[in-house]
Amino acid sequence: MNEPVILVENLTRRFGDFVAVDHINFQVNEGEVVGYLGPNGSGKTTTIRMLLGLLEPSEGKATVLGFDAFRQSEQVRARSGYMSQKFAIYDDLTVLENLTFYGGVYGIRDKARIARTLDLVGLNGHESTLTQTLSAGWRQRLALGIALVHEPKLLFLDEPTSGVDPTARRAFWDLIYELANNGVTILVTTHYMDEAEYCERVGIMRNGKLLAMDTPSNLKRDIIPGDVWEVYAEPLEAGLEALPEIEGVLRVGLAGDHLRTITKRGKRKDDLLKALKGKNVNVKDIAVGEPTLEDVFISLAR
Amino acid sequence: MHAVNDVSLNIRAGEIYGLVGADGAGKTTTIRLLVGALKADAGDVKICGYDINKQTEQARSQFGYLSQRFSLYEDLTVLENIRFFAEVRGLKANEWLPRCMEILEFVGLEKFTDRKAGQLSGGMKQKLGLASALVTKPRVLLLDEPTTGVDPVTRQDFWQLVIKLVSSPLHLSPNLGNLGGRWRGGEGGVAVLISTPYMDEASRCHRVGFMKDGKLIAEDTPSNLRARLNRRILELRGSPLHLLRHVAHQDEDVEDVQAFGDRLHIRVGEGKAQGVLSRLKSKIRSAGGQVDELRPVPPVLEDVFIALSESK
Repeated sequence: MNEPVILVENLTRRFGDFVAVDHINFQVNEGEVVGYLGPNGSGKTTTIRMLLGLLEPSEGKATVLGFDAFRQSEQVRARSGYMSQKFAIYDDLTVLENLTFYGGVYGIRDKARIARTLDLVGLNGHESTLTQTLSAGWRQRLALGIALVHEPKLLFLDEPTSGVDPTARRAFWDLIYELANNGVTILVTTHYMDEAEYCERVGIMRNGKLLAMDTPSNLKRDIIPGDVWEVYAEPLEAGLEALPEIEGVLRVGLAGDHLRTITKRGKRKDDLLKALKGKNVNVKDIAVGEPTLEDVFISLAR
Repeated sequence: MHAVNDVSLNIRAGEIYGLVGADGAGKTTTIRLLVGALKADAGDVKICGYDINKQTEQARSQFGYLSQRFSLYEDLTVLENIRFFAEVRGLKANEWLPRCMEILEFVGLEKFTDRKAGQLSGGMKQKLGLASALVTKPRVLLLDEPTTGVDPVTRQDFWQLVIKLVSSPLHLSPNLGNLGGRWRGGEGGVAVLISTPYMDEASRCHRVGFMKDGKLIAEDTPSNLRARLNRRILELRGSPLHLLRHVAHQDEDVEDVQAFGDRLHIRVGEGKAQGVLSRLKSKIRSAGGQVDELRPVPPVLEDVFIALSESK
């Protein structure tokens, strides 16, 4: 049996009295795509910094690719790639020059490998394009190429598709799944719920604690305390006031042109319709809603 | 090349109109035509009744513009930046000064008037950008991907401000409304045109226009756009996913398969859901795969975006 690519045991980091990461435990296996979701300040970055050996744990241990993340951080970093939105790409260099430069940082001089990387991220034919003229989607492919040029076994992605349009985002994720199929393990940190939806398993961080880690489908089934409804009503403000007064309604929110509500399990559409009668709300439609990771997150945050 | 080709837009007071489309679809060019930064080869643009090319000054005085790469002077203070934008737009001190504190309060920067713009956080810079765009009391706001690269909490705040502007334009005190005769009560709210790559933002707009290859190929409310794909999106869970994906692709009525972590979303042809639902499970089983669940799910704007992107 393969040992886990990431094994985190009671990992804790304190800064003075502040516990940034509080006794977390999880493991990630080879070829998995795992999301690490939480708001800013929840401890995501501190965890990643410990996994990369940039920060010493106050307690507990992280083993990455079989190495102690802190004591053997050189070995870990030589075998890991890291891609961040804030990653520096040199605007006045071409695509190829950027890739060659970063390859050099890892000691990669092999032209064939750089060509292979360009091909993998779909940038062949764009070698001599100046980076500043690339669109958001293409820049992000270049950033991925830079993270992959030394052929890492483990890839850390930090909000890899923020600001990218849905078609480019989708192409990006197809690439990530292909890498995972070839045995690369991927850990994605993000505060975008819709980005986390692409992961096979998702861990949810809040105030330094790992509150849950499971597949998106299981999280939605197990953690949301009821059923989700989409309520199309006019005016929205009146609906927003009337719904919370109904027995069994747990939560109401605005969702663009309609309202989204979570009720205790077992409520029916008719119950909601009846309860909204005589409340100065013109209900156009009530439909069963799809639970999202945002619902999971809010349910856990209570 | 036609960067923007025969596009017609009609945006009403009090409306938030979202312009979406892939990179290079023509969103930014459209906005640049609207602000008069580019001249159209054919067709015309009217802002509050003024022709942008013939009555440029009047038209320009009606809108505020915030672009993706808006420039602030980093070594000027918050107040100095606003003053600069106001004076460029021809406002005198007795016009911009009284309203600017109110605008700063509106965007939540009233405590930072003397701070250098270079020392503001990303979210605060963006609010200053919005404040600068609001100093002329525009009736039309043109926002070109204003939230790209901004964290979600700030995006949320920014949207609250935009929604407030649209629904209660007189949030700012009415005595400011006499300046230049603009922004009077009873005229309805500000009209907002916003381009965005985020579908959750698009779904907050009253109407959404989808651009592709310079053309506006669809325009409707978010609900009506989603309704176009009703009963055409199926969710499939099971294992192994790559086999599921392969088998689904083989089905003649399947138009598209998208992987989502632990599941697939399958788009089927119009009226084909029942057929696919009834045969896909057994096809997967005979190929050696396992199906945990296969069911129709409500479409989201992202599905619509991808379907429209692929359309001819």
